Amino acid sequence: MYDVIIIGAGVSGCAIARELSRYDMSVAVLERASDVCEGTSKANSGIVHAGYDAEPGTKKALLNIQGSRQMEALSKELDFPYKRNGSLVLCFEESDRGKLQELLDKGRKNGVGGLRMIEKEELRKLEPNISEHVAAALYAPTGGIVCPFGLTIALAENACVNGVEFHLNTEVLSVEKMKKKDETNAEPEAETESEKEIETEIELKTKTGYRLKTSKGVFETRMVVNAAGVYADVFHNMVSGRKLHITPRKGEYCLFDKTVGDYVSHTVFQLPTKYGKGVLVTPTVHGNLLIGPTAEDIGDKEGVNTTAGGLDDVLKRGGLSVEKVPFGKVITSFAGLRAHEDGEDFVIGEPEDAEGFFDVAGIESPGLTCAPAIGEYVAELIRKRMPAPKKKNFIAKREGIPSVALADGAKRQELIQKNPAYANVICRCELVTEGEIMDAIHRPLGATTLDGIKRRTRAGMGRCQAGFCAPKTVEILARELGRDMGEIRKAGGESGFLTGYTKTVEN
Amino acid sequence: MKKKVDLLVVGGGPAGLAAAVAAREAGIKSEDILIVERDGELGGILNQCIHNGFGLHTFKEELTGPEYAARYAEKVYAAEIPYLLHTIVVDISEGEGTEEKDSANMESVSVITDEKNENDNCVNKIKYVTAMNKTEGLFTVEAKAVILAMGCRERSRGALNIPGYRPAGIYSAGTAQRYVNIEGRMPGKEVVILGSGDIGLIMARRMTLEGAKVKLVAELMPYSGGLKRNIVQCLDDFGIPLKLSHTIIDIDGKERVKGVTVAQVDENRKPVAGTEEYISCDTLLLSCGLIPENELSAGLGVALHPVTAGPVVNESLETNVEGVFACGNVLHVHDLVDYVSEEAENAGRNAAEYIMCRLPENTQAGKQGKKQEENVSRHIEIKTGGGVRYTVPSMLRLEYMQEEQVIRFRVGDVYRNAVLAVYFDDIPVMRINKKVMAPGEMEQVKLKKAKIEDYPELKEIRITVEN
Repeated sequence: MYDVIIIGAGVSGCAIARELSRYDMSVAVLERASDVCEGTSKANSGIVHAGYDAEPGTKKALLNIQGSRQMEALSKELDFPYKRNGSLVLCFEESDRGKLQELLDKGRKNGVGGLRMIEKEELRKLEPNISEHVAAALYAPTGGIVCPFGLTIALAENACVNGVEFHLNTEVLSVEKMKKKDETNAEPEAETESEKEIETEIELKTKTGYRLKTSKGVFETRMVVNAAGVYADVFHNMVSGRKLHITPRKGEYCLFDKTVGDYVSHTVFQLPTKYGKGVLVTPTVHGNLLIGPTAEDIGDKEGVNTTAGGLDDVLKRGGLSVEKVPFGKVITSFAGLRAHEDGEDFVIGEPEDAEGFFDVAGIESPGLTCAPAIGEYVAELIRKRMPAPKKKNFIAKREGIPSVALADGAKRQELIQKNPAYANVICRCELVTEGEIMDAIHRPLGATTLDGIKRRTRAGMGRCQAGFCAPKTVEILARELGRDMGEIRKAGGESGFLTGYTKTVEN
Repeated sequence: MKKKVDLLVVGGGPAGLAAAVAAREAGIKSEDILIVERDGELGGILNQCIHNGFGLHTFKEELTGPEYAARYAEKVYAAEIPYLLHTIVVDISEGEGTEEKDSANMESVSVITDEKNENDNCVNKIKYVTAMNKTEGLFTVEAKAVILAMGCRERSRGALNIPGYRPAGIYSAGTAQRYVNIEGRMPGKEVVILGSGDIGLIMARRMTLEGAKVKLVAELMPYSGGLKRNIVQCLDDFGIPLKLSHTIIDIDGKERVKGVTVAQVDENRKPVAGTEEYISCDTLLLSCGLIPENELSAGLGVALHPVTAGPVVNESLETNVEGVFACGNVLHVHDLVDYVSEEAENAGRNAAEYIMCRLPENTQAGKQGKKQEENVSRHIEIKTGGGVRYTVPSMLRLEYMQEEQVIRFRVGDVYRNAVLAVYFDDIPVMRINKKVMAPGEMEQVKLKKAKIEDYPELKEIRITVEN
């Protein structure tokens, strides 16, 4: 029996896990994928929003401003890449200046500092590649960029170090409330076929809390946190009569080579135009250029495929913000799904009819920004239900994997002296070494897949997109994990690279 | 290991090896050369090209890739030219660094008096090459000349911006080649190949021979990007269909590739509605072009050519950075390794000339002359037109020219019964009848120095395709 089980190891789930790990309680995270950060948290804009978008008074507004204020300190505490580069919202029509002003007013109401309008001339100085057709812009100096994998993995690792169990490859199939004996109603129970199931039924009536059936067996817990992203409605609706409905809203992106990473230095948003909701043009915290996302409501909760129309749209709409989008420098494209709940705001807390079941649902933008605040907020809700003392030995600080690419000469020397593998470059585009890849494997919650290595070290994230390093990384994974190369996957499931040996005959 | 050398060669593939050997034959001592190779053995990507067909021009016999590489590696071993393996160059910078700042008199640092060199006025601008490996750690080598021979990489699925899911089972043809030929592993069973570059064609045959079913090669362009002989020997001989003017418009499969949707494209390379065809497969190989790897060159300030993505070079294969030469696929992508070797030998010889100060530019007289008058030497630009996409070199300096200069280039389309025309300014000087020219096959013309000397006012050479 756990005190808390968190469904979903995305950024919200991991942030909550990390906050709960400060207290003396038993916490487990169940994740269906083979790694943390495999859903919405891995495919988004990587923006720390200043907080002028959300309607004042909403959870989005409150948590955004808190998250935005916490992010810098957290990035130092947990050692993940973050940069406060400032945001701009472009207005293309003189007649739309009023909308910029509205944003500014909203931002001030939300408590966003430093907001101001800037005119074309200043804008062009700030961003020389900005479109000729811009009339004015809102400048938000507190906007920032963050590595979404870095943030999520850092939270997860730190939670793990502080005692949270992570059960990967563990898909939750059902959630049911366990009732006290005296509360059990007289409804006829489902047919029981074996003694074991009869026993289970008895247990079910004698305990409070929740029973989760998963692909890896049954878990029982006093409290549940439902941080299941686009599936949060499914789990919520298993325990509550007040139904939630989450629509996956697809966003497609194009990522560009680092040679054009300084094409803009701020995160450049657009006021919605007649062409629809705008896309953003931004540097990433790693120095690439990113343009996206589109916004398309789809039915498929697994529909993370890019489309020809979507990618065209990204480049076209990006071209509204900047002159001459460097089309030829695209290195990859991807799509992510935002978990959009019909009620527009985040759904956080217990439904009235499901005590001890905490929804963290509808966490769409600015969810990444909010994650640290969501973590604290939900931990607080849980502690009110289930008071627990603070752990004495909580380790707040985490040191990330050293980056040879970012290290200066002296630091490189130091690393190499410690482990010569830091001098053996595996990914030449991003200058990632064997030492870093070995670290990624052997850390708490270490990588077991090629994508896991990629998101922890950036090996394969460069311009050749793992053309040269994939076979070498697969070899290192196999060696370090004591497995055969053929067993190494891209991202769990059936995503293997190799189908057999040469010189073999199959029937 | 010496931390000061005459010549540092970045890359131990066919280009780097041939360049180093040629520099030695031109008079640079073996011990003053250093080859830096990032992989575990010399030979570069040839080591995974186990098919034959290499060396027909150079050795007049048919060799496999590893055999061809070994011919040059053995010369390196025999001459005891030093080389480092598993070593990556992380930065190259020019000599106006710390040492000169330390010295009040710049010449006392940068003038190198070589014992065997009679020219006391020899000036080589020092290049600092920073590299790392497991045994030496991070280190910097000073070199009088550098030869860039880093090769190229394959265009990725991302760069092609093919829509769809991102499952396992999508490989560049070269990555698949490595799995099959080096690791002895099969990357898939049912294969579709996008792009008809030579590696893709070779892999179509290779995968077939290893028991995979290659269902289709789709090529965006109305012509193949590969050598004719490879189309015949790798596709036709195995009954593998090649669909020209076709591309992949969707990739299916969330974990592993399940299939791809292929469609015909119009003259603007846009998919034609109604021509879509779903082909089930577990593997997609991409052979859609090679890109010279010039990140190091760019960091050094080497000017790159917009068409080749390789350095802009003169007749000596020297870049705009003095004493830095380029050859092989880092300069422009070749079809035949024989031409890589030939080009690299030129680069090696020219680098040796530079080091030994036999080139006018790096003598004191030359330097001062340069300062006083920019055009101490005559620069003859090579311009392209009418279907010729680029030339290597793109500029000639008469006094540095050999008796005969090879100009290599590619055309932008398929031409039948056309003429390659060469103009000296506006005067037609050469017309070569060509039965067929295609983008997949590199072309060349040879210019005689003596002939150019007949035109003392010549400013521009133009090479075009005409009917």
